[in-house]
Amino acid sequence: MWPNKFDYARAGSVDEALGLIGDEGKFLAGGHSLLPVMKLRLAAPEQLVDIGGIDSLRGISANGGLTIGATTTHAEIADSSDVQAICSALASACGQVGDQAVRNFGTIGGNIAHADPASDPPTVLVACGATVNIQGADGARSVGAEDFFADLFETALDDGELITSVSLPDLSDHQMAYAKFPHPASRYAIVGVCVALKMDGGTCEHAHVAVGGATVKAVKCRGAEAALAGSTLDDAAVGAAAEAVKADIADWLAGDIAYPETYRQQMAGVFLKRAIAAATG
Amino acid sequence: MQISMTVNGVGHEADVDPRTLLVHFLREALDLTGTKIGCDTSQCGACTVHLNGKVLKSCTLLAVQADGCEVTTIEGLAEGGEHHPMQTAFWENHGLQCGYCTPGMIMASAAFVRDNPGASEAEIRHYLEGNICRCTGYHNIVKAVKQVADAAAGA
Ligand SMILES: Cc1cc2nc3c(=O)[nH]c(=O)nc-3n(C[C@H](O)[C@H](O)[C@H](O)COP(=O)(O)OP(=O)(O)OC[C@H]3O[C@@H](n4cnc5c(N)ncnc54)[C@H](O)[C@@H]3O)c2cc1C
Ligand code: FES
Ligand code: FES
Repeated sequence: MWPNKFDYARAGSVDEALGLIGDEGKFLAGGHSLLPVMKLRLAAPEQLVDIGGIDSLRGISANGGLTIGATTTHAEIADSSDVQAICSALASACGQVGDQAVRNFGTIGGNIAHADPASDPPTVLVACGATVNIQGADGARSVGAEDFFADLFETALDDGELITSVSLPDLSDHQMAYAKFPHPASRYAIVGVCVALKMDGGTCEHAHVAVGGATVKAVKCRGAEAALAGSTLDDAAVGAAAEAVKADIADWLAGDIAYPETYRQQMAGVFLKRAIAAATG
Repeated sequence: MQISMTVNGVGHEADVDPRTLLVHFLREALDLTGTKIGCDTSQCGACTVHLNGKVLKSCTLLAVQADGCEVTTIEGLAEGGEHHPMQTAFWENHGLQCGYCTPGMIMASAAFVRDNPGASEAEIRHYLEGNICRCTGYHNIVKAVKQVADAAAGA
């Protein structure tokens, strides 16, 4: 299948990319979300501005926390010892995206700009309080991941704005995990749960929890976080968190004929328990 | 748009419509029809090639994105007239029936064993998630890959 005709331009710098992009244009990173939808004629941009060759957008720097350039691939993030040390759940989530061929070319910036509800990285970014760094013709701004994901395939990005990087705090002193229920055919997340637990001896000081896949966007789960905080992560507390998480996502549920909303809501509780077990195991 | 690409060690210059997918360029412009199109929706892996050494589904990249890159297809895997060990292993273990998925399977598996010598059966099955076979039930494919993985680890 051929996509519709479009004009193609290659940007060598962020400024050049922002100058090139027109009203009907789209940025092209790995192409692993955009080209499939263009082939299916679900999108027909008149212009693509290829940002894949902009050096400043690629790479991972550990600077207390982490700054990950927008065109860094899922494979590069999964394999990074810095990411494994500072936010291991992100390395795990990126390592579970699709298959190796997809991870080799799909980028974190493209992933979050596309905002597919069944994506993996957004769930970790929302749980961990990441920041999305954006550059537009009028200057730069930063948006918290929780506010960045607005709704199904909807983000806080305005037309013509470019994601330059995502930043994460240092969570190396947290025990964390991303637990995924992959779709048996597509490998996208039916449910994905990220937990990050700050432990003080046997007691959980605080917890970060988010759910994706089951929801139209990645959702921060404050009820579940409250149920875990101050507990020893005993069965009663974990059970209470698994109940609370269902209420946390109730307003944002997604579903289809094979995996309806109520089923995914139930599985969010199950995968929260698995994520806690993996984080503390 | 003018692009240049090294495919199986041979340099090519071409003028392509930007919407040309890499798989179209390989099959139609260069006549390298070993690379197959199966699903055409990025799911099946029949179109798998190596781009700068990394596995890629060539139906999911524009030819212009591969400008300046090195591409290896199934036609370029054999060296000096000798089959690549993965090709030999598929042959010896009968890792195919209709053969449609085979070029993609071999390209994906060859890269995997290069990076993961000694991989276990479970790791091989997990890795091959992105390559779909409608015929074999995967059993002999996994056997073939395991044979090369074991040999690569010196087992
Ligand atoms: C077979 C298959 C399976 C997959 N499975 C999974 C999975 O299990 N989990 C998962 O999370 N994902 C999955 N994906 C999606 C994959 O992660 C994509 O690579 C990713 O979502 C898009 O990244 P990209 O670089 O390819 O973006 P592109 O396709 O190039 O772009 C996607 C969108 O983002 C915009 N964009 C890209 N970069 C920027 C930027 N820097 N600033 C602003 N806008 C930008 C583009 O204009 C476009 O609208 C899968 C994809 C495939 C093909
Ligand atoms: S034809 Fe490319 S993945 Fe199926
Ligand atoms: S041998 Fe027929 S699809 Fe695999």
